[in-house]
Amino acid sequence: MLKQQNYLVLGAAVIVALILLSLPTRATSRLKLAFGSWFLPLFGLASAGQQLPADLADCVLPRRELLLQIDALRRENQQLKEQQVQSVAIARENDQLRSLFNWQKQSPWKLKLAKVVMRDPANWWRTVQIDAGTRDGLRENLPVRTEAGLIGRISSVSLTHAQVVLVGDQNCRVSALVENPARDMGVLMAGGTLDTSLVELTYLASSANLKPGQTVITSGLGGIFPKGIPIGQIVDAQPVEYGLYTQARVKLNANLGSLEQVWVLFP
Amino acid sequence: MNLFQTISILLFAFFAVFGEATLGAPRHWLGAQVDLLPALMIYTALNTGATTVALLAVLGGIWFDTFSANPLGISILPLLVVGWPVTLRRDLILRDLPFAQFVLGAAASAVVPALTLLLLLSGGARLLLGWGTLWQWLVMIAVGAVATPFIFSLMTWCRRTLGYEPRPEPSFRPDREIQRSRRKL
Repeated sequence: MLKQQNYLVLGAAVIVALILLSLPTRATSRLKLAFGSWFLPLFGLASAGQQLPADLADCVLPRRELLLQIDALRRENQQLKEQQVQSVAIARENDQLRSLFNWQKQSPWKLKLAKVVMRDPANWWRTVQIDAGTRDGLRENLPVRTEAGLIGRISSVSLTHAQVVLVGDQNCRVSALVENPARDMGVLMAGGTLDTSLVELTYLASSANLKPGQTVITSGLGGIFPKGIPIGQIVDAQPVEYGLYTQARVKLNANLGSLEQVWVLFP
Repeated sequence: MNLFQTISILLFAFFAVFGEATLGAPRHWLGAQVDLLPALMIYTALNTGATTVALLAVLGGIWFDTFSANPLGISILPLLVVGWPVTLRRDLILRDLPFAQFVLGAAASAVVPALTLLLLLSGGARLLLGWGTLWQWLVMIAVGAVATPFIFSLMTWCRRTLGYEPRPEPSFRPDREIQRSRRKL
């Protein structure tokens, strides 16, 4: 009798797994959101715990130090204001030239700041989750970057959270451009499994003249990533497939191992 | 079945999955994220019933997949594959020996990620695999093996300290009551 009950329990568990695996993607995303909401109190506690040392440090920071910081921020603010005035003038000039040559007007990208709240617990994916979702206007395939450079794109999004697939994952391929005289173009693909800072730039022309330290930026092809976002720098390059094309290793500008805050780009 | 034990196991799984998703230190220092669910499954299979094993597999698997890019539910089957045979053969296993716990923890920590990878690859997923994956697998095995005896100690301490023992059956049986009345002659 007991054995029969055990097998019933086993059968029920297997059926639950099979049902979940056969659900459509939209239903799975909703279920993930529902199960993820169980952890919301823990996230609150964790963020409060992270904030506590900073609050304590603020309490004990001497007044002299605060005044120095305020002074430095004022100077930085003044410089930024001057730069903004110059940028506005350059943008106006750019618009006038574009209208003269009948070029399509470039629309600037808007930015949304989000905090990285968790990482993928599985070793075979390279994704993170951020604390912004559809209620903040996010949708799939929006590019994500830090101050240093590109980090990935949004792969799935729920009401309050979004999953970002990072550069270096098999599901995030980026069309990239090397800033050299030839403007060599290639596709950024997954790198090593252990070192998150290195990725491979492949399908470069066999005649590509790459040197260590050359900058790699997004090419704008593919329709997801806008042109000109810095990605990283060339480490080394070698011909592959009997010299059919060149492959290079790229060191990413952004440190994917210690992401805290990221910017989501809106068109 | 002791309900407290089931709840404490599920709570441990809940916090373990949350820790795996938020703590980056193991990934930073060892190059791999560790998974404590296989080790916990060994404890559950050796000390509780089939229902708790199934509950841990289903809920632990779902929680893990919620934070991961894995398809939802894919981690349930590997956990069941580890937990179920151990439950069936637990009378033959020296469960109180730390060495047995160590070996079972290592085996479970090896089988669960390998089976999950196999399921994902058979589903056509494009995964980040390479020689480094072997290192990550070895780290998971080593940490799972070392963690299993600790989980046994922790859960046993929790059960003894916070749980309740089942009430022992009284030796009194009405059908064996000796009649002590004065016999009429």
